[in-house]
Amino acid sequence: MKLLVAVKRVIDYNVKIRVKSDHTGVETANVKMSMNPFDEIGVEEAVRLKEAGVATEIVAVSMGPAPVQETIRTALAMGADRGIHVETDVELQPLAVAKLLKAIAEKEQPQLIILGKQAIDDDSNATGQMLAALLGWPQGTFASKLKIEGDTALVTREVDGGLETEALKLPALITTDLRLNEPRYASLPNIMKAKKKTIAKLTAGELGIDVTPHLTVLKVEEPPKRQAGVKVKTVEELIDKLRNEARVI
Amino acid sequence: MTVYRAPLRDYKFLLEEVFDVGEIAKLPGYEEATAETFAAVLAEGAKLCEEVLFPLNLPGDAEGCRFENGVVRTPKGFKEAYDLFRQGGWTALAADPHYGGQGLPATLNFFVSEMVASANLSFGMYPGLTAGAVEAIHQHGDEVQKKTWLPKLIDGTWSGTMCLTEPQCGTDLGQVKTRAVPTDGDGVYRITGTKIFISAGEHDLTDNIVHLVLARLPDAPSGTRGISLFIVPKFLATDDGARGPRNGVRCGGIEHKMGIKASATCVINFDDAQGYLVGEKNGGMRAMFTMMNAARLGVGLQGLALGETAYQSARTYALERLQGRSPTGVKFPDKPADPLIVHPDIRRMLLTMRAYTEGGRALAAWVMQAEDKAHRLTDADERAANDELVGLLTPIVKAMLTDNAFLVTNLGMQIFGGHGYIHDNGMEQLVRDCRITQIYEGANGIQALDLVGRKMGQHTGRLLRRFFHPVDQYLRAKMSDPALGEFALPAYRAFGRLQQTTALLAQKGLVNPDEAAAAAAEYLRAFGLVALGYVWTRIAEVALAKRGMANGEAAFYDAKLATARFYMAKLLPETGALFASIGSGAKPVMELAAEAF
Repeated sequence: MKLLVAVKRVIDYNVKIRVKSDHTGVETANVKMSMNPFDEIGVEEAVRLKEAGVATEIVAVSMGPAPVQETIRTALAMGADRGIHVETDVELQPLAVAKLLKAIAEKEQPQLIILGKQAIDDDSNATGQMLAALLGWPQGTFASKLKIEGDTALVTREVDGGLETEALKLPALITTDLRLNEPRYASLPNIMKAKKKTIAKLTAGELGIDVTPHLTVLKVEEPPKRQAGVKVKTVEELIDKLRNEARVI
Repeated sequence: MTVYRAPLRDYKFLLEEVFDVGEIAKLPGYEEATAETFAAVLAEGAKLCEEVLFPLNLPGDAEGCRFENGVVRTPKGFKEAYDLFRQGGWTALAADPHYGGQGLPATLNFFVSEMVASANLSFGMYPGLTAGAVEAIHQHGDEVQKKTWLPKLIDGTWSGTMCLTEPQCGTDLGQVKTRAVPTDGDGVYRITGTKIFISAGEHDLTDNIVHLVLARLPDAPSGTRGISLFIVPKFLATDDGARGPRNGVRCGGIEHKMGIKASATCVINFDDAQGYLVGEKNGGMRAMFTMMNAARLGVGLQGLALGETAYQSARTYALERLQGRSPTGVKFPDKPADPLIVHPDIRRMLLTMRAYTEGGRALAAWVMQAEDKAHRLTDADERAANDELVGLLTPIVKAMLTDNAFLVTNLGMQIFGGHGYIHDNGMEQLVRDCRITQIYEGANGIQALDLVGRKMGQHTGRLLRRFFHPVDQYLRAKMSDPALGEFALPAYRAFGRLQQTTALLAQKGLVNPDEAAAAAAEYLRAFGLVALGYVWTRIAEVALAKRGMANGEAAFYDAKLATARFYMAKLLPETGALFASIGSGAKPVMELAAEAF
């Protein structure tokens, strides 16, 4: 069974995000970039499926300018077998990514596609759902557990009332939630091996996809600063403030 | 609270912009070690250090190692972290691929080791000592010894130690008393004696510990010429390389130390233990010396590493801690007070920390690159030239970087004020952990004697010329450069005085060795400060060239330039006082009679 995993290069989760002074976006120069943590969970799950003998090949896909290759290499070092890099300098939005992935899925014919449930930079939480819809495949989003039985994927999701398990007929798509697994650290020998694995380069044009953005960012701003708190002298004053200032009771 | 993020951008700057890392990939056997490899390995190593090792640092200090019934327990979490480290192949990084290593360059190993030490110096001691043992066996052992011990040491299943010190002998190894008695077996001896201060001598991280022990044969000449090196394992190895029966090696206790409390410092008793001679009889000191340089460079970078953590933590604190107002008026009127960073004295401390740390790293990176060249260049003369540069600068990297680091960690604590003195904030641990780096692997005074007494005069000053010539050429060429002159000129002036002082010292030292010895520590420091002046000029040159086309990174290069300026203006002038003091000769140190102390 072939698996496709999508990996996105994002600002590292440890970095304190700064808004650009012209409010067009966030500062990315001289900022540490890494693989979207949810995608890391996706790669880990794929590698575990391969180690368990369920999957035979893992293809890691990323899109964007040349440096996203580093992110693909990270996936290869974790255990993916080969990479595909769709090279473009255009800002990619979820629909364009979903269309590109659809084109790649049609070429590669995977049985399962794993994506992070969202990327921590734009938090769109849209690509997986769009891709499943475009492919006409069943989708199991926010997976916290995954089991493959024959041609069925059993996906456990954490919902408000508890756990929900869905049976998806393969080929299918899942998006990962935090508790699906804990990604491994790539080992030094595997980092060295990853250098020898191939990364195929494609362009959006070759895939016949128009990636022109459909959304325009008007302004990016920092969240409002928290106001300092005040000390109240009596319970009555607290109740008064809650009732009349905060208006919560 | 201490914080640590691996300085990956600074590594990239040094590797790709200041020193051409591409030169390393041209060396035979290092073809794989491209800039991309460096980046990928450092990024993954950084994760492990930041996420696994660093969080164990403060609790490991609080808990320390425990000694119970001859067994040493490392602090909670160390075993799991060690397993992750070992399974990740990090113990194998620079080792010979023939025995399971990854065969990567010393330069890369240097940066990885720095990250480990920044995150958790105590933890780093265990794999660090193993790497020393691997090097000793690899260089001096026979093929059977290599096949028996190296694979498991390299993959980290077993660990290693260096057993040198005994109660009556530290620096002066000529007094070693541990005995080695030959047996009927070829190369097999019975070892008896007590070793102290053995880092990683006993612990619960690995199933076996392989000690490298200096001992004396029955017919050995006295002094350092009569010392031999032996492999003495805690458990013997079976013929197929598995762990065999227990050997006569017992831990007699652990030391209660000022710092690196999670590193077990052990008394090891050898009682008729089976050992195997490594290399020639009575050739132990020579074998030791080949490793000593690498170990000393390693300690220099431990200091550097702690300085990095101290700087990052103090900078974060200085930007966040609101206290008092700027002397020139309120800078943050919306806040109850200004952050510490508005205060000139806080800035002085932070810049001192930064200039010593980043400059020290650049100096060490230059030396490590020479180390790789010394091992791998095809031309024998060029190999020798690089080896001589490394030999000359090793005592400087060891002593100056650790002396600076003690200052840097102390300043870090100072910036935290009273909170720096509180254990839970982690800053005082850095000071305590750092303190040992000035002492072990040859106290810094010994490093100064090594520089003045051995390296300076070696081959009629040829080692000195390996540094003086390229530095003279470079600074002289850059001095008149309109932009770079502000860095190259002060560096060149200090360099000129260093050359004069060197000539003076060599002359006076020949007549009276006390003259050289009395000035040695100050001379080493002055030499080191000049060397930092040289690397800061090189850093400034790159920063000047890059800042115009910096694609959003102008701030990075501007910070390099400002720090270089600070170094030249505020730190390099210390050389003036040092040269004056050296000029006063040995008399002020020697005239007081010993009994009058």
